[in-house]
Amino acid sequence: MSTTPDALVIAGVEYTSRLLVGTGKYRDMQETGEAIEASGAEIVTFAVRRSNIGQNADEPNLLDVVSPDKYTLLPNTAGCYNAKDAVRTCKLARELLDGHDLVKLEVLGDEKTLFPHLQETYIAAEELVKDGFKVMVYTNDDPIAAKTLEDMGCVAVMPLAAPIGSGLGIRNPYNIRSIVENANVPILVDAGVGTASDAAVAMELGCDGILMNTAIADAQKPVLMASAMKKAVQAGREAFLAGRMPRRQYASASSPIDGTFF
Amino acid sequence: MKIWLNGEHTDVESKLTLADLAQQQDLGKTRYAIEVNEEIIPRNEHLTHTLNEGDRVEIVTAIGGG
Repeated sequence: MSTTPDALVIAGVEYTSRLLVGTGKYRDMQETGEAIEASGAEIVTFAVRRSNIGQNADEPNLLDVVSPDKYTLLPNTAGCYNAKDAVRTCKLARELLDGHDLVKLEVLGDEKTLFPHLQETYIAAEELVKDGFKVMVYTNDDPIAAKTLEDMGCVAVMPLAAPIGSGLGIRNPYNIRSIVENANVPILVDAGVGTASDAAVAMELGCDGILMNTAIADAQKPVLMASAMKKAVQAGREAFLAGRMPRRQYASASSPIDGTFF
Repeated sequence: MKIWLNGEHTDVESKLTLADLAQQQDLGKTRYAIEVNEEIIPRNEHLTHTLNEGDRVEIVTAIGGG
């Protein structure tokens, strides 16, 4: 029985926030920290790279800003184009985080679109689940693929709404809804959200959460956009739970017709 | 002796331990994980694991990503 009202439950752990955020593309570590704080996110993604790459000696390390004591960290396999590299990355991340086994699996198929390579994704998912990882998996907005990944034991399925970093919004709302309707694990839109209304739309479709990075980091004011996204996800969730009114072709007066004095 | 460190051919003392190698990399308090020849060497073995000529070592850390 859930103790938090309307909690998001992933792999048996309850979260209050349904917004998950990435840590890429920010101007500096301070902005990263402030944006994540403003987003209210509890689950935060990061990438695993060689120690001599992208490190600025004057700056704090990412994990100083996004402390494992404060956030649930979600290492990703971004940049992997085959199952072998993705599995290897997850194992390094698990060692990096002293056995923490929640991972975001993404195996890409093409540099231009960053669409997922499903065949390699399936291979990696199977191996990771067998090795005890709790896999949150990036996939197409394809209901069959989503169900397949759920059946393989992934703890959350994360269809794209549009290409990673494109900000094009929810390109295929009917597929997202089909995926949600058929799922028994949390469905999170991962990639494609551009602004707050996109996030609200995804949540109104019944998604359990949203993972985003570029929509916040590439905004003119990332910290303010992080706050907007937090509210949009909450508003969209509440609207979904409330159930929208039916659409009508013609008007329906809000004020009574009886009792007019004119 | 020579090893491959993060993809670069690097000169190190022979029988260097992973702990000493990591220290030389100026990682400070940065959390890292080490792989030798595509096999993860757990943190608790870094003090005792010594490197051999031609080992392929990867030291990885967390970095911003989505």
